[in-house]
Amino acid sequence: MKAFTCHTGVAAPLLRRNIDTDAIIPSREMKRVSKLGLGEGLFAGWRYTIPGGREANPEFILNQPGYANTSILLSRENFGCGSSREHAVWALVEFGIRAIVAESFGAIFHTNCIRNGVLPVVLPAAAIAWLADFVQADPQRHRLTVDLEHMRVRCEGVVTEEFDFSLDAGAREMLLKGLDPIAQTLLENEAIARFEQARAKEHPWAFRLNGTAVE
Amino acid sequence: MSTTLSSAVAATGTTATTLFEKLWRDHEVGLLPGGDSLIYIDRVFLHERTGSIALQSLESAGHSVRDPARVFCTMDHIVDTFPGRGDKTLMPSGTDFIVATRQAARASGVQLFDVNHVDQGIAHVISPEQGIALPGLTLVCPDSHTCSLGALGALAWGIGSSEAEHALATNTLRVRKPKTMRVTVTGTLAAGVTAKDLILYLISTHGADGGSGYAVEFAGSAIEALGLEARLTLCNMAVEFSAFTGLIAPDAVTQAYFEGRDHAPRGDDWKLAAEYWQTLRSDDGAQFDREIIIDASLIEPMVTWGTSPEHAVAITGRVPLMDSLAPAKAESAQKALEYQAIPAGQVMAELPIDAAFIGSCTNSRISDLRIAAEVLRGKKVAAGVSAVVVPGSRRVKRQAEAEGLDKIFIESGFEWRDSGCSMCFYAGGETFGPGKRVISSTNRNFEGRQGPGTRTHLASPATVAASAIAGFIRAAEAPASKAVESTQGEVIVEEGAA
Repeated sequence: MKAFTCHTGVAAPLLRRNIDTDAIIPSREMKRVSKLGLGEGLFAGWRYTIPGGREANPEFILNQPGYANTSILLSRENFGCGSSREHAVWALVEFGIRAIVAESFGAIFHTNCIRNGVLPVVLPAAAIAWLADFVQADPQRHRLTVDLEHMRVRCEGVVTEEFDFSLDAGAREMLLKGLDPIAQTLLENEAIARFEQARAKEHPWAFRLNGTAVE
Repeated sequence: MSTTLSSAVAATGTTATTLFEKLWRDHEVGLLPGGDSLIYIDRVFLHERTGSIALQSLESAGHSVRDPARVFCTMDHIVDTFPGRGDKTLMPSGTDFIVATRQAARASGVQLFDVNHVDQGIAHVISPEQGIALPGLTLVCPDSHTCSLGALGALAWGIGSSEAEHALATNTLRVRKPKTMRVTVTGTLAAGVTAKDLILYLISTHGADGGSGYAVEFAGSAIEALGLEARLTLCNMAVEFSAFTGLIAPDAVTQAYFEGRDHAPRGDDWKLAAEYWQTLRSDDGAQFDREIIIDASLIEPMVTWGTSPEHAVAITGRVPLMDSLAPAKAESAQKALEYQAIPAGQVMAELPIDAAFIGSCTNSRISDLRIAAEVLRGKKVAAGVSAVVVPGSRRVKRQAEAEGLDKIFIESGFEWRDSGCSMCFYAGGETFGPGKRVISSTNRNFEGRQGPGTRTHLASPATVAASAIAGFIRAAEAPASKAVESTQGEVIVEEGAA
């Protein structure tokens, strides 16, 4: 997993509520049995003029010159709600998004972000509105810095304004160090096996399928 | 050698605890340094959209499936639902997903419900149907509607592919404990008002993010009166409320449902399990982080007008006027109305439809088909309306055919399909087409969800059936007797039935 410590980049305000993972990556864009090749399909329904097409829709923010090289998204409540498809995060990563600042996130999407080195930042509505105004004034120069070490969003350029955020310590550690959670958990194998034995003793039925013990 | 895990805080024994806390405590291997819990996972379910990616990625990382006997895989998302299907589907690369998942499932030794397996079906339909999901277990699946299974008194939730890999490799997940919410529904739902209407009402009144951060327990007299399948419908849409999961305490209805199911405990195991299940309820005086109380008598049959499940009103109502909404909500609502091509203030019952769909993990069980068939019996779908019904599993299909429901659907003008997710979304390429207005028993009305440009209105199977006949959005007449309702939740699958 790619580590995340601090990132500075162009931020694009996508100020809609409940942006779902179908919108982030429509199902028709999940063409290959792979985690790759998804960046082109990111926001396809909004980004292109016709479904399945590749002609850029000039109305869509990420197609506008001011937002070239966007690597941070600003949004409202419940970003990434809906389907559990991790393809949504894989598509964002391939497009170059490193952090998403929103009022709240879909729970599965939030975990998917952390597992793929994308930082989900929760800030209150007023802070996001302020940041959006700041960015919109001159998106290429009014960049944002998302600093995970100090848990702070900073504004680059003409003003210095800072917004503190919080993140669970476990998720923060995982992101800062780029740790592989499976490898980490496998270190606990003895504890898991002990727990499993005790559970099998107390609830043997939970370990039998078709009346057969599971070995 | 374990170096970082600390023991979970022991239960004090005297404190009143919630159902969620009991399930959590009984699966908590320990507490991780960052504050997450390591939660033991009893069952993993996979499907062909993401299953092969998870299994292949696991293998390429040098890990193996820790306990393949407790992992199941089905073909539901992309698989074709036309009769006589094979590996080919309407989605151009769909076959690749099916073939890759079959190969990966076989290589790793997990049990596969293949395209034409006698018990194939939608993951959240077949897992309770076969007793793979049981009260008191933890079950995860890379599908957001896994929360359906909380209806059994199981701790079940949707995960991404990386989490699926983690669960497969370690039989655990690293999870931050959510807060708890109780939604108590007092009184009785009126005749003709279903679990689907109840959940749409909750989401429309408290927002699509109203359950964010919470495990939501549904309780109260109106919940206790629901059959098990109706409870599955209710918990199914907990994720549309943004909840971590939905939960209902197992009771006599739950226990009766599982007796004799394929993978359900037998003999002494059954006694032990049933005894344990009786303890799975929130104690009197248990504290929840948030409580919502709903008076069931206020709820009417519901339908959505926009592109979020929170965009729902009573069928007798209208699309809200934008100035009645908070500015942030009005902006999203305006975009939704543009997509749906209807104005603010639209009278819902004056909206003509092009198509009707009954199916999905929300509403494709035998009780759903019975209710819809009862509305359709002896009537015809309106001219110009395309109508499709897709049973949630092959068992449901066989049961429906044994009861003659397929004939009622076909005679009324519905297409009778094979089991799968079908037109709940566009993954298999099935759609009514751009611009078509669909009344649908599914769970999501997102832009493009049922295909590019397709306009979805969510409702109960009874409403879908009544609307198909009328050609307009229409509530079904409340059943004259309780005959239909009394069959809710009773699934009698005849083994060996053709």
